[in-house]
Amino acid sequence: MTFINYASREINCKIVYYGPGLCGKTTNLQHIFDATAPQARGKLISLATETDRTLFFDFMPLELGTVRGFKTRFHLYTVPGQVFYDASRKLILKGVDGVVFVADSQEERMDANVESLYNLEENLRAQGYDLMKLPYVLQLNKRDLPNVIPVDELRDELHRKGEPVVEAVASVGTGVFDTLKAVAKQVLTELRKG
Amino acid sequence: MPDTPLVLREARYHQVKAVLARLRLDSGARVVFLVDKDGQQIAVQGEVGNLDTTSLASLAAGNVAATSGMAELIGEKEFPTLSHEGERESIHISVIGRLLLVVVFDEKSSLGLVKLRSKQISRQLTTLFDEIVRDDCQDVDAAFAEITDEDIDSLFN
Repeated sequence: MTFINYASREINCKIVYYGPGLCGKTTNLQHIFDATAPQARGKLISLATETDRTLFFDFMPLELGTVRGFKTRFHLYTVPGQVFYDASRKLILKGVDGVVFVADSQEERMDANVESLYNLEENLRAQGYDLMKLPYVLQLNKRDLPNVIPVDELRDELHRKGEPVVEAVASVGTGVFDTLKAVAKQVLTELRKG
Repeated sequence: MPDTPLVLREARYHQVKAVLARLRLDSGARVVFLVDKDGQQIAVQGEVGNLDTTSLASLAAGNVAATSGMAELIGEKEFPTLSHEGERESIHISVIGRLLLVVVFDEKSSLGLVKLRSKQISRQLTTLFDEIVRDDCQDVDAAFAEITDEDIDSLFN
C-alpha cells in the first residue's frame, strides 16, 4: 500500500521480488545495494539461513529522487523461493504495490518457474490482489549460462499480460536497474491514476 | 489492483506525533514508533540517534506477521502484543488494527508500565486513524494526476 506522508513529503511504495529458489532475487537486491550511493539507500537486511538461503525476506529501502516535490522511497523485498516457505511468501505480499517475477532461464528450472508463478498468482489472490491489475515485470535471469531456454520460448510460457520482459544477468548487474525502473514506473503511473 | 494509498497530512502527522510524545513521556521509553502492518514507518518520537528506524519498522512488521501466522495455526486470531527483553534494551509491540505501536525502552522503564501506557493510548490511536482514513483525498489525487512520464523517467537518469 502506497503511503503518502505530507509532513516529510515522501511517497513510500513496496515492491516484492518473487520467483523460484536460487533464481537470483537476493542477487538483484545485492546489486542495487552495491551500485547505489549510500545516501540513497538504507541497509540491506537479509533474514537468511547459515547457508545464505533466504529464510524470511531481504529488505532494502531505496530513495530514487523527487517527483513533484515528494521524495520517492521504494521498499524492496524478496521472498524465500524454496517451496516449503509458502507461509512466509504470503505474508510478504501484504500491502504490495508492484511485483517482479525473477525467472531462472536454465532449462532444468522451467518447471520451478511455472510452479512459482502459479504460486504467486494464488498467493496474491489470497491477499485480495489480482496479478492482472498489479504493476508487474517479468525478468528472465541468468541469460549468461549455457543451458538457457530461448527468450521467445520463455516469454511465451511465462508472460501473463503483456508485462515488460527484461533479460538479465543479475550477478553482474545486467538488466537489474531496467527491471526496477520498469516496475517503479508502473507503480508511479498507478498513483497518477488515483 | 494495489490498495488505496494511505495519505497522512501534516496536521494529522503532528497529531500522531503528539500522541506518541505523550506515550513516551508517560512510559519513560527511549523511542516510540508507529508503523503500519506492511512495514511502513508512519511516525517516530524520541532519541532516535543512529537507530535505523526504517529497518526496525520493516522487521517489526515481519515479526508481527510471522507471529500472527503462528497464532492462526494454533487457532488464535493474532497475538495482540509482543515483547522482546534484552540485557539493556527491550521492545514492546502492540497490534492496533492495521497499526503497530513499537516502544523501545531501557532500565529506566519497565515492561509492565510500557504495556499499561500502550494499552491506554490504543483507543486514541484507533480513533485518530479512522479519521485519517476518512480524510478527503481528492486534492491529493489531483496533485499526483499531474505526474508526467518525464517526471518518472527523470528519477532514473
